[in-house]
Amino acid sequence: MIIACPHCGERDVSEFRYGGDALRVRPQHGTGDLKTWHDYYFTFDNPKGPHTEHWQHVLGCRQWFRLRRNTATNEVMR
Amino acid sequence: MTAFKRHSSGGLIDRTQAVPFTFDGKSMRGFAGDTLASALLANNVTLVGRSFKYHRPRGIMTAGIEEPNALVTARKTPNLSATTLELVAGLAAQSQNAWPSPAFDLMAVNALLSPILGAGFYYKTFMGPLKKSWMWYEPFIRRAAGLGKGSYERDTARYDTRHHFADVLVVGSGPAGLAAALTAAKAGLRVVLAEQDFEFGGTLLSQGDDVTRHWRDAVLKDLQEHAEARVLPQATVQAIYDHNHVAIAVKTPSGMVLELLRAKTIIHATGATERPLVFANNDRPGVMLASALRTYINRFAVSPADSVVIAANNDSAYLAAFDLATAGVAVTVADARKTLSAEVLARAAQNGVAIFPNSGIADVTGGKQVKQVRLSGPRNATIDCDAVGMSGGWSPNVHLTSHGGVKPVYRESISAFVPGELPRGHYAAGSCIGTFGTLGAVADGEKAARQAIALLGAQPPARELERPGVPPDRAYAIMPVWSAVAKGHEKSAFVDFQNDVIAKDVKAAHQEGFFSVEHMKRYTTLGMGTDQGKTSNINALAMMADLRGVTITDAGTTTFRPPFSPLTIGAIAGRSVGKHFRPIRRSPLHQWHEQNDAVFIEAGLWQRAWYYTWAGDTPETAYIKEMELVRSGVGISDVSTLGKIDVQGPDAAEFLNRVYVNGFAKLPVGKARYGVMLNDDGVVLDDGTTSRIGQDQYYMTTTTAQAGEVMSWLEYLLQCHWTDLHVHVASLTDEWGGMAVSGPKSREALQLAFPDVDLSNEALPYMGVKDIHFEGVTVRLMRLSFSGELAYEVHVSADYTQSLWEHIVRTAGPLGIKPYGLEALASLRIEKGHVAGLELDHRNTLDDLGLGKMASKDKPYIGKDLRFRENLQVPERWSLVGLELMEPEKKLRGGSILFAATDEIKGHGRGYITSVTWSTELQKFIALGLYQGGLKHEGEDIIAAFPLKNEQARLKIVSPHFIDKQGTRLHA
Repeated sequence: MIIACPHCGERDVSEFRYGGDALRVRPQHGTGDLKTWHDYYFTFDNPKGPHTEHWQHVLGCRQWFRLRRNTATNEVMR
Repeated sequence: MTAFKRHSSGGLIDRTQAVPFTFDGKSMRGFAGDTLASALLANNVTLVGRSFKYHRPRGIMTAGIEEPNALVTARKTPNLSATTLELVAGLAAQSQNAWPSPAFDLMAVNALLSPILGAGFYYKTFMGPLKKSWMWYEPFIRRAAGLGKGSYERDTARYDTRHHFADVLVVGSGPAGLAAALTAAKAGLRVVLAEQDFEFGGTLLSQGDDVTRHWRDAVLKDLQEHAEARVLPQATVQAIYDHNHVAIAVKTPSGMVLELLRAKTIIHATGATERPLVFANNDRPGVMLASALRTYINRFAVSPADSVVIAANNDSAYLAAFDLATAGVAVTVADARKTLSAEVLARAAQNGVAIFPNSGIADVTGGKQVKQVRLSGPRNATIDCDAVGMSGGWSPNVHLTSHGGVKPVYRESISAFVPGELPRGHYAAGSCIGTFGTLGAVADGEKAARQAIALLGAQPPARELERPGVPPDRAYAIMPVWSAVAKGHEKSAFVDFQNDVIAKDVKAAHQEGFFSVEHMKRYTTLGMGTDQGKTSNINALAMMADLRGVTITDAGTTTFRPPFSPLTIGAIAGRSVGKHFRPIRRSPLHQWHEQNDAVFIEAGLWQRAWYYTWAGDTPETAYIKEMELVRSGVGISDVSTLGKIDVQGPDAAEFLNRVYVNGFAKLPVGKARYGVMLNDDGVVLDDGTTSRIGQDQYYMTTTTAQAGEVMSWLEYLLQCHWTDLHVHVASLTDEWGGMAVSGPKSREALQLAFPDVDLSNEALPYMGVKDIHFEGVTVRLMRLSFSGELAYEVHVSADYTQSLWEHIVRTAGPLGIKPYGLEALASLRIEKGHVAGLELDHRNTLDDLGLGKMASKDKPYIGKDLRFRENLQVPERWSLVGLELMEPEKKLRGGSILFAATDEIKGHGRGYITSVTWSTELQKFIALGLYQGGLKHEGEDIIAAFPLKNEQARLKIVSPHFIDKQGTRLHA
């Protein structure tokens, strides 16, 4: 799998770390209650198909970015 | 008796170059261009091994990578197929799975056990009434069943890994592959042509004519003139992963290179594999694929001595029949079809080939070599012969196209699976999509290459590729016949030759409800050998479809997974073995430790000084002496592996206030504070000490183990969520080194090192931080203590860490300063009751670790809400306790399971010991542990059990702070 880092360009997946669903909305710091945080942290979709994700170029420029990927085929989408 | 012979002319072997080799110690000779298999046949060796389970005699069945039987051990490597092993001078091959020899095999007694060794044998003996007798059978059966033996010796082959890029990868160098590669090369593209054989040409090598050979030579010559084309022999494409990441195993004279190729497009020209037919005793040595007989005569000039019988259900059998007849072998074809084309009949008559239509083979006679066959059909004849050919039709090699998840689809017209719809940038050509003819394959290959050229936007060649001057392709006709087993012969009719799966086993799978091909595979072990069922899978699934009364499409195929063919694990490891298994991290003080007799221990990727031999020759004695030094004098220890993060910006205080459970906003400049951070789920992530260097600058330290994790987490928060905070974080873990100077004499020691700096308790109190300039270098002094003694951490740029360390050791020498290692460091902290990695195991909460009171009530922090989840609040959670051994003659071990005094010693207990040490102060073993209910049980006697050594010891639960509970030493 090849991922295009917005800063460094196309690199092998082994240089990156996965950061989960990027469309989950993190409650504002200092707001929310146990249920809000529970729902944010524990209940999210795990779709087969297109998925917008966070990835970090951890062995490169260390930038976090969003990537749209098909979880069934690993196709990276525009 | 001569069953096979070498002809004096013909073939692609070089008769001027004799190649000596041995088989089972016996000296023989072949020629350059031979495989081991062709050389063995030329030496009339037909029996080459015994079968996996029943120890039946087996010979060479194929001429390629699909070989199930002729596996040998050579160069200490088991399970090499003789049919792909290039004959080189001095090759010493051994037969497998037979003792003392394939011809006289004592282990063949397994055949007598065959009634109980059928499909499901393992499951049944484990589950059924034979369960107990398994204990008795097991060693015997395990020794007798198997394939080859691995070696315990060091592998002397050289393995390497290389990375490459290509515009077009062409897999296979038959007519389709050659045409594709040359067309793409003419377009100026970077082409890789990968061929698993040591000769290019694929099926062209098995054809006897000169025309196609000349065409092959011309194409190869042309290809070699294109600088951008790489032509790789002995290169097996083993796997195609996501985004066209291709693993190619390339044999080299000294070992193997695994090429990891990024190909923009892939042209699959992988060919097809002929299928055997299932009839009684179809596994006898000398029973071969018809196409293999054709390859042996045309490529290697080896054939059965006098006569051969071929069982067929399709026209391709006659290619072999006619070529063998031309070479002077008497050929009889038993064809399952009632009517044959006029053309086939005419050519048979012309070539003197006898045809028995509507016939098959009922049985084969001959133990170690075929002697005679009995035909089934209208003319129940018996025929003496040297070999038997099987031609059950062709299965396109759909393995690689399937690696990406493309399911093969069944095509009725050729009774075979072909690749399903391929993804963008993948093309297939030739017999792997059912084009069974040279001209068709060439046309396919050129077409595929032109599609790839168009996709890549390159300039296509103006002229069409030159075609070989051969007559038009003949039609291919087949009547699907999978199995023709007479009643009572199911036990000797083999479906999977390598794993000894017989027709009866497929029936048994059906009877017992293992209908799905995936279930049948696992129940019978079909297709689970080193050949992965290349010759057997389709016959078995067709037989199952037949038994179930469903179509082959409905029965489906099993999943094709990498690698395509057996791959030595050394090739996957490449150079990542021994010291190069993974990277090693060394502290900037590593060299000093080496020169001063440190013994090292791995901590993650780090090599850390474990103990120093000044204190003792074993860790058990050395760490105690090192502890005593720190408790009574002064010691120095390397803490460079700690995570070190520079946090800067106007919002740095707010940022740290959010990530730590305790407050950092009000921390004064020049002060350090111990902090704990949680994950979002409220479980402890890490701890460490963070100092305020300036109004907008903090210096964070993390544990060694979590350094990378914490850094990434901080970046995630700042880059993905808290983008409004003006903070920048930078890792200094590798840029800075650190040392702990600990013990009652540590102030004195540092005063000797830095005589101009005021180190008094007033100027640098406990938790005080001071940047000083020493000989032009910034040195960070922090009065921190992990040991519980008066202590300092001294951090400095990695470039100066060793010289600063040497300076301190030298100037404080009169105080008796000595280095102490990781073992003592960790033991000192146990006495003090500090938690570390063993307690911070990502399952414990603040309250579990007795740190609940640290958390701020006034400010929000990460994990604050989920920390109070109901299940994290139950009083019976396992939480931190101190433990003292009550039986001085015994020893305590980390990982011991804790039980209440009245408990039965069984199961998971009520907790476990996380860290254990000898306490120099208390003169007894002490430990930290997690115990149900924690310190509510303080003062109780409990039991530590270590079942692996059958040990038990009485302990008392105490406060985890074993020494200096008031902290007077810290503040001294």
